[in-house]
Amino acid sequence: MTQLDFESLKHNPEYETLQVLNNDGEVVNKDLMPDLTDDQYVDLYKQMLWSRVLGDRSTKLNRQGRLGFFAPTAGEEASQMGTSAAMDKGDFLLTAYRDIPELIKHGLSMAKAFQWSIGHVQGNEYPDGLNAVPPQIIIGAQYAQTAGTALGLKKKGSKNVAWTYTGDGGTSQGDFYEGINFAGAFKAPALFVVQNNGYAISVPRHVQTAAPVLAQKAVAAGIPSVVVDGMDILAVYEVTRQAREWVAAGNGPLLLETICYRFGAHTLSGDDPKRYRDKSEEEEWFAKDPLIRMKKFLANKGLWDDDKEEAYKKEVEDEIDKAMAEVESQPEQKVSEFLENTFDETPAAIERQVKEYQAKEGN
Amino acid sequence: MAKLTMVKAITDALDEELARDEKVLIFGEDVGKNGGVFRATDGLQAKHGEDRVFDTPLAESGIIGLANGLAFTGWRPVPELQFMGFIFEAFDEIAGQMARESFRTGGKLKMPVTVRMPFGGGVHTPELHSDSLEGLAAQTPGLKVVIPSGPYDAKGLLKSAIRSDDPVVFLEHMKLYRSMREEVPEEEYTVPLDKAEVKREGTDVSIISYGYMLQESLKVAKKLEGEGINAEVLDLRTVAPLDEEAIINTVKKTGKVVLVQEAQRSGGVMNQVASLISQEAILSLDAPIKFVGAPDTPYPFSAAEDQWLPNAADIEKAVKDAVNF
Repeated sequence: MTQLDFESLKHNPEYETLQVLNNDGEVVNKDLMPDLTDDQYVDLYKQMLWSRVLGDRSTKLNRQGRLGFFAPTAGEEASQMGTSAAMDKGDFLLTAYRDIPELIKHGLSMAKAFQWSIGHVQGNEYPDGLNAVPPQIIIGAQYAQTAGTALGLKKKGSKNVAWTYTGDGGTSQGDFYEGINFAGAFKAPALFVVQNNGYAISVPRHVQTAAPVLAQKAVAAGIPSVVVDGMDILAVYEVTRQAREWVAAGNGPLLLETICYRFGAHTLSGDDPKRYRDKSEEEEWFAKDPLIRMKKFLANKGLWDDDKEEAYKKEVEDEIDKAMAEVESQPEQKVSEFLENTFDETPAAIERQVKEYQAKEGN
Repeated sequence: MAKLTMVKAITDALDEELARDEKVLIFGEDVGKNGGVFRATDGLQAKHGEDRVFDTPLAESGIIGLANGLAFTGWRPVPELQFMGFIFEAFDEIAGQMARESFRTGGKLKMPVTVRMPFGGGVHTPELHSDSLEGLAAQTPGLKVVIPSGPYDAKGLLKSAIRSDDPVVFLEHMKLYRSMREEVPEEEYTVPLDKAEVKREGTDVSIISYGYMLQESLKVAKKLEGEGINAEVLDLRTVAPLDEEAIINTVKKTGKVVLVQEAQRSGGVMNQVASLISQEAILSLDAPIKFVGAPDTPYPFSAAEDQWLPNAADIEKAVKDAVNF
């Protein structure tokens, strides 16, 4: 297997979009083929199917008024689950709002993810040992924070890595550059993932920047960068695995761009992709569906079939039902508790407001 | 007991907290070898090492983002922004992120960050170096905004801020750095957050202020004593959230109030104080509330700052107007 030479990618990288599987599920780059067992190949596919089912179901639950905010993930499963599969439990994760599948894979319970969607504080009360902060809403803020998180890990003598995600639009933010530049200057163990799905809501990638490749922004920060086919989970997994290993070895931060596509809307809050995307473009990307090509790969090896597919989907549906049942019995939120949680040591002026709201709440 | 300047008292507080808690980290632009542009961190890198006290790239949002990420991993960051006028570059990481984390996570995630910033006018700087923007920070739930008025409080308040698990915006008035000295004990002490202090007892009128204007208010109070006016001077020290009890107590005691801030009149700290007095102590007043503040323009060109800044004469007039009403 080829070991990528990340050091050489720091200064004058010639970008090619790294791929292992083509649209037909055929291995086109044996050198980058991850060395996995059959079960591990199947598991990568199952993670994508899990995310696809979760996304479809989240959309339905939103339409029924049982879930709140949801940013559709279909089309980005290889990018999200392929990177996630290379993550260590001790790694620290700072996501954006579309990265709920990665957060759940990292240890957030699905019930809490749903509570976050609905707008309940318990969704953000992470258990000890879950190395993550709640999904970031301000595009790019997590990049600046990731430099600090990575430096914090390094100062502790940890061998773990701080991971963060943003999209193509996020690379235009000042915080994006400040984050990768700070991490580079401090040689901090950070893995910056740019999931380039082609659009920031409606604004296409080419409007964001004159840079021909988003990853090349890393050159200015003096850190290596690599571009991978974000519709190919084997390529995403293998490149991310090697990247993480390089970062964890103390070589400094690295930027990974995955080329992918959001099949659905930006969020379920009124966005209609028909206003800004051609049907032909969508058809072209649907043909690159990361699940289809991996399923073909597995079917060719005799590792997957429709029965297994249906059985696993049912399993995921059950998991979702269980999480929803938990959520639907959540306690009512109290303003008095919000006030108490705003400070560690509550000042007297805030304590007065606590009492006012406790009286209203009938405590 | 040594008589120290405020900047030296701040250096000593940082030095002692670095020694006391290995989780304390100091960083920002020029804070390392150079000891900060005001020398507030002078000698600290040499003493505590580059791991604990370090320079950063020049980017304010990056500095506060760094602080937030360090706090996520268990550190106790004390970043410096070189001037408060640069806070706009970092406002999301302060107000959108740091201030909200405890609330956001149901109290699970603590942000023990103290952001130090020099601020305030009268020292002839270029634009955006002298602004009093404490009102912006004060309107941000989740932040404690602390402004010492002299060396003793600066040291004690900074130590409390660093030890606090709440995020603190700690504002150091540039004109106070070296213009006065106070006795500062060598032995350990702290000054509590969230507490105002009566700096001068009086019976005729209450002057409420903070920062550099507190010192100007004390000068006026001393002068007026000779004219038979006995003014009480209350130092807010923590300008957000307010020590409401201390404010109401002094108003009830004297029945006359003069509110003094260097910041522009609209939307700042003293309007909150006036609102509180109106709500909680209006029947104790026997004169309208007097207000001394700067006009509502951006901070002016440095050659014009003397015409623009509130001063002792303005305070004296306001006090006399209140007393003679």
